[in-house]
Amino acid sequence: MLGYIVKRLISLAMSLIVASVVIFGVVEVAPGDPASFMLGINAQPDTVAALRTELGLDQSKLDRYLSWVGGMLTGDFGTSYTYRTPVAQMIADRMWVSLPLALYALTLSTLIAFPAGIFAAARRGEPGDLAVTGATQLGVAIPNFWFAMMLVLIFAIQLRWFSAGGFPGWDGGFWAGMKALTLPAIALALPQAAILTRVMRSSLLDILGEDFMRTARAKGLSARQALWRHGLRNALIPVLTIIGLQFAFLLAGAIIIEQVFFLPGLGRLIFQAITQRDLIVVESVVMLLVFAVIMVNFLVDLAYAVVDPRLRTRV
Amino acid sequence: MSLLCIENLSLAIHGTSILKGVSLEIAEGEITALTGESGSGKSMTAFATMGLLPKGTVASGAIAFNGTDMLTLSEPQMCDLRGREIGMVFQEPMTALNPVQTIGAQVMETMLIHKAMAPEHAEERAREVLDRVGLPIDRFPLSRYPHELSGGQRQRVVIAMAIALRPRLLIADEPTTALDVTTQAQILDLLKRLVKEDGMALMMITHDLAVVSDMADTLNVMRHGEIVEAGPTAKVLREMRHPYTRHLFEASRHQADLGAAKAAAPLLSVQNVSRDYPLPRESLFGARPMFKAVRNVSFDIRRGERVGLVGESGCGKSTLTRAILGLEPTQSGKITLDGDPVWQDGHPNLTVRRKMQVVFQDPYGSFNPRHRVSRLITEPFHLLPDPPRHAARNTAIAEALIAVGLKPEDADRHIHAFSGGQRQRIAIARALIIKPDLIVFDEAVSALDVRVRAQILDLMADLSRAYGLTYLFISHDLSVVRSITDRVMVMRAGEIVEDRPTADLFTAPDHPYTRDLMNAAPQLPDFPEAQDAPQPAL
Repeated sequence: MLGYIVKRLISLAMSLIVASVVIFGVVEVAPGDPASFMLGINAQPDTVAALRTELGLDQSKLDRYLSWVGGMLTGDFGTSYTYRTPVAQMIADRMWVSLPLALYALTLSTLIAFPAGIFAAARRGEPGDLAVTGATQLGVAIPNFWFAMMLVLIFAIQLRWFSAGGFPGWDGGFWAGMKALTLPAIALALPQAAILTRVMRSSLLDILGEDFMRTARAKGLSARQALWRHGLRNALIPVLTIIGLQFAFLLAGAIIIEQVFFLPGLGRLIFQAITQRDLIVVESVVMLLVFAVIMVNFLVDLAYAVVDPRLRTRV
Repeated sequence: MSLLCIENLSLAIHGTSILKGVSLEIAEGEITALTGESGSGKSMTAFATMGLLPKGTVASGAIAFNGTDMLTLSEPQMCDLRGREIGMVFQEPMTALNPVQTIGAQVMETMLIHKAMAPEHAEERAREVLDRVGLPIDRFPLSRYPHELSGGQRQRVVIAMAIALRPRLLIADEPTTALDVTTQAQILDLLKRLVKEDGMALMMITHDLAVVSDMADTLNVMRHGEIVEAGPTAKVLREMRHPYTRHLFEASRHQADLGAAKAAAPLLSVQNVSRDYPLPRESLFGARPMFKAVRNVSFDIRRGERVGLVGESGCGKSTLTRAILGLEPTQSGKITLDGDPVWQDGHPNLTVRRKMQVVFQDPYGSFNPRHRVSRLITEPFHLLPDPPRHAARNTAIAEALIAVGLKPEDADRHIHAFSGGQRQRIAIARALIIKPDLIVFDEAVSALDVRVRAQILDLMADLSRAYGLTYLFISHDLSVVRSITDRVMVMRAGEIVEDRPTADLFTAPDHPYTRDLMNAAPQLPDFPEAQDAPQPAL
């Protein structure tokens, strides 16, 4: 098990190094001058020159890469060109919205998908299964911004249970913050839950056909006991993979939902940074997201090993 | 009174009749065998007894266990019986255990699910039972996972789960079919011992008459969902009143008529071939240990010679086969066909590859179901620089199909229209169509029923006489190799331990391992000469 973790850690570090080189290379080394790109075609030459100095573009590429990586390792992400504030601070503020939102949505989608997937698999071909499968079709098909708007219409405007958007911050208390994130989390969770339900169902159905399920029945377990004790854990591997992918997506892919609910999240930050050509912010946020994805994959790998003992000894 | 009494049992799944009026009885301490070919209904009889029939099955008749008709019991009542009163062992030990639970947890579950004892006692009992099936606790602690055990060891775990609560009836469905002969002999001994010690009744399902003749008290021969002949084993095998029993028996000991070999110059030459595989590291930064799959193996096959390669699983025969076919490079040594190396400059040598063809074990998995037979069997043509086209191609297809006993019209059909035996004929046609110098048969008859196997062996002998084939026949089963090879090589732990003419090897095996293999293989009793011999007192 220790060997497995060390191997995963080495692979994690390698991925991060490669990712940082690629991101740096694309933004900094690609043809064209970042400073004139950031300032647009109508910029004065002396403004461009000043920005070049500010960005450190007069140094060698290796120096710039090392100071960029070194800065990130010490928490210094540079200063936003548009906002003139430290990027680290901007990201941290947004993270307090995006991370809880992603976790909230993921928890909801898992809470919906596990029971629904198990329910459908245990009743293959019966009306209950058909109903769940039909509902997941719908869940995948409905665009989440439309669903988000319906949620606002019903729960914010009609019933007035939730506010229609905005985020009060965590200073107003945990529950006030959670309440503001509830509708966006539901809107995000629905399509994810639909996908996860289908994966859970098909994965379990594969396992139910395995020989060891028959062995379990021969021992005297009922069909339900066999499913819970022997089926579920074996069916988890593909489900964990999807959960990992979904978390990475939820962290940064919530741009549309953040727009609908006026949430100051990472998605909006990166969207604004791109429209304002704030390359420093783009670079840092992208690197951070890559880091998050790689970390999640690392955790998923660890979860595999917990679920499946065969992986612990494999090299 | 018998412990299990099946009376007039009939089953139909979605209207298709599976069993027709099956009746049999098993007494405590008795071993009853059900034998027959695939699809004869023997496994369904077992599943009916366990109450584990697929959805949509309609059953009639009665299955009385200890006086209670189990067909009338509710599902919870059946759950209570399963594992406690009736245990079951399955064919495929590699997949019969849950891969993510320890063997201890899985054996204990049998006790805990029936609330037979407290968890502490269940653990104690699990140790005892595993010890009893030959997995001593010091080498096989309860914390082992199935993937850390071999096939034979896993089958012992499955048996331990089945007998943990000392059931009165044990059902074993082809318990040794997936195992090597030496392991098979050990598992059969174990089952016999358990029956004797516990006074259990054993329902043994097997397609192998030799296994049955050795062990069962009574024998039921099944065909198309019916029992065609039943009685004390010795009596059934002596009298063989039903022609089907006789067919099965004859097919089991079938010897193909090979004809003399026209051995000439060497065709395939294997010289000092070794192949290693890296194993997982034992410590984090330690060097990876190497597994020597093939160790310094040398032999020749002459043109026109029919050679067998026999060994148990893991002995290196598959690795050696892949190297001969040029699918994988070797670490050292040289393999040449007709003087040309099969692997050259880091690539398989295509001029050599088109002179070799292979027939695989699984007649179901080795064809693309979307293609017609004509396309399937002409696949090797892509190896030729100038493959036959149009009329010449059609002639080649027709010739190959006729050669393997099929009709030229079969070329337009899809593979699902053919039975397992027919598919294996098509696989042979595919190998023959480019008239290769060497054909490798990789366990080519292992998946077939005895009667079909006999037909395929005859076909190979016929083709061998007609075309002067040279082939390498790979098998884990010594008895199959006997009738269709001129020479046999016995492989063990990566080495060829014996390489002699077939007749010599079978009359006087030299190497102790060859003798072990021969002794472990169950033998059919001699064919009865006199039909009216006195009946044994049974």
